[in-house]
Amino acid sequence: MLRYYLKLGVLSIRANPALSALMVAAIAIGIGACMTIVTVRHVMTDNPVAHKNDRLFHVQLDNWNPNDPYEEPDEPPEQVTYLDSTALLQAGRAFRQVISFKSDRVVQPEGDEIRPFQEEVRATSADFFAMFDVPFRYGSGWDAEADRGEERVTVLSSPMNDRLFGGEDSTGRMLRMNDELFRVVGVLDDWNPVPTFFDLNNNPFDGPEQIYAPFSVAVTGEWGSSGNNSCWKPPEEGGYAGYLASECIWIQMWVELQDEDEKAAYAQFLDDYVMEQKELGRFPRELNNRLSTPEEWMINREVVDDTVSVLLSLAVLFLIVCLLNTIGLLLAKVIRRSNDISLRRALGASKAELFRQYIIEAGMIGVAGGVAGIGMTWLGLRGIENVFADYDFIGNLVKMDWAMVGLAVALAIVAALCAALYPTWRACSVSPASTLRVQ
Amino acid sequence: MLMMKDISKIYRTDAVETHALRSFSLKVDDGEFVSVTGPSGSGKTTFLNIAGLLEELTGGTYELDGRDISSLNDKERSRVRNEKIGFIFQSFNLIPELNIFDNVDVPLRYRRFKADDRRRRIMDCLDQVGLASRIKHYPGQLSGGQQQRVAIARALAGEPRFLLADEPTGNLDTNMADSVLELLGEINAAGTTIIMVTHELTLADRARRNIFVRDGEIHDGPPELHFAAAANA
Repeated sequence: MLRYYLKLGVLSIRANPALSALMVAAIAIGIGACMTIVTVRHVMTDNPVAHKNDRLFHVQLDNWNPNDPYEEPDEPPEQVTYLDSTALLQAGRAFRQVISFKSDRVVQPEGDEIRPFQEEVRATSADFFAMFDVPFRYGSGWDAEADRGEERVTVLSSPMNDRLFGGEDSTGRMLRMNDELFRVVGVLDDWNPVPTFFDLNNNPFDGPEQIYAPFSVAVTGEWGSSGNNSCWKPPEEGGYAGYLASECIWIQMWVELQDEDEKAAYAQFLDDYVMEQKELGRFPRELNNRLSTPEEWMINREVVDDTVSVLLSLAVLFLIVCLLNTIGLLLAKVIRRSNDISLRRALGASKAELFRQYIIEAGMIGVAGGVAGIGMTWLGLRGIENVFADYDFIGNLVKMDWAMVGLAVALAIVAALCAALYPTWRACSVSPASTLRVQ
Repeated sequence: MLMMKDISKIYRTDAVETHALRSFSLKVDDGEFVSVTGPSGSGKTTFLNIAGLLEELTGGTYELDGRDISSLNDKERSRVRNEKIGFIFQSFNLIPELNIFDNVDVPLRYRRFKADDRRRRIMDCLDQVGLASRIKHYPGQLSGGQQQRVAIARALAGEPRFLLADEPTGNLDTNMADSVLELLGEINAAGTTIIMVTHELTLADRARRNIFVRDGEIHDGPPELHFAAAANA
């Protein structure tokens, strides 16, 4: 019967092209508006390392002011000090561990074709690439030995490699930054995790940095952090050395732990470390260490702004208004076809069979509305992109993936079916005698 | 066999109660050709709708082939309607966007017949009404008489025991009406029970039994007698 119902649906749509087109348009506009915001929100709430969510942990230690928590009610700082990050890194108690920060560098390309430009470089430790499953097109990351040996090596993103070396395999080539030469050891494949979960400070939708260099080299070269820096008391000594020895927080730390046992052991290790530091006069607050998964960390830092949630609510309301219009149009169609309905009842169709016929027809309208809705969503996203063209990161937020395409169609079908319930129920409730009598 | 006993049908609105049928009892044996006549508003169509399970009755009992239909749910009533009853309407009631073949196919679809069986039945019925060559035509391309023949083919396709006809020639000219009545006679002769509502006495005379309905009550006998009595009352 499904094929029969599909055939009847096609005939009905053909018989009422204007009404059908209006219904498709109403659903498409509602879906387009809704999915535009849903897509942006989807990108904002995406977890780029969802497959490792239960193994990656952001580290927080509470070294803050004893009289004033970092954030109310009792939130520890979102970054760690140089002292703690390097101590924990050297202890090597996790399966993998990463410390990093970003720093502005001046890139000085060879030749005169490309002028020097300023670029944010991520200074990080060797495990960064393996821990976050960063894909490589050429070469690889550096190893722990390079970290320890303070080797001047670097990894470039694919776009940066295109820009500096024309997309060639640049491993072995030299890159000059702030008058220091770095040897390219790897070029990333396409990799654009948004939000940049490993550093949610500043704008997490800007995308990852395009150049990576060893943390140890950055410290030796006295690179300043271009990210957030917070201190609850001034450094006791001046200069870069004083900064490194201070209680200022500016380094993001992540660890990879393979199971719950490792996590428990690492949490205990952190507690022990802080207790040890307390004996040295640091960490005046109560023990307040945190290990957060990427998802927990993004929720904690409120990556999705409340405005987006408000916009989403408005978009859903708009979809509901569109559906109410669709209900009205479907009712008009049902009234127009009351003779057909009564006749089919007289010829032996049960209410359930008619219900199925009209629900399938509504589903077909929904599919058409969904497909058109994808087009409307695309237009909506392009609109957002144009309105916010001045923001570099906007391109990262207006990407529609297959999951969103599927969701758009599914939402349209569900919406059409919901809209069809009342008109279809009305259609099936019509007394066939009352309609046939007046013919 | 169709048997109604003390059937009543009351239409209620907020302020008015209308008794469309009252103490309506009727027995129609298999193979009968019964005409139902009566003045406008007498309850003829209401009777036909109840007989065809298109309306619920208010009181009384109704048995079709020995089965009490008043207790059936919607699915069972639809099944009985589909398998045992064929309808012919005054205005043909063909579905305009379906061709002739597909129009006749409608009741068979709800019977879940296989495609081959459906095709055979459709072609047999259209052949019987003389329209087998017009299967690709749409209702709008046929004359009124031809459309009514398609409607008859549709009613016959499921081989129903009862054919209920509501003013089947009301929209046809005399020649076409004669040919339709001739066809109904042939169908009745083949064993199908026919109940035909009409307001034309000449057509009612073609039936073997006449029933006169007035004020929702039934009166057996020649319709002329009752129309005359009604006129003199």
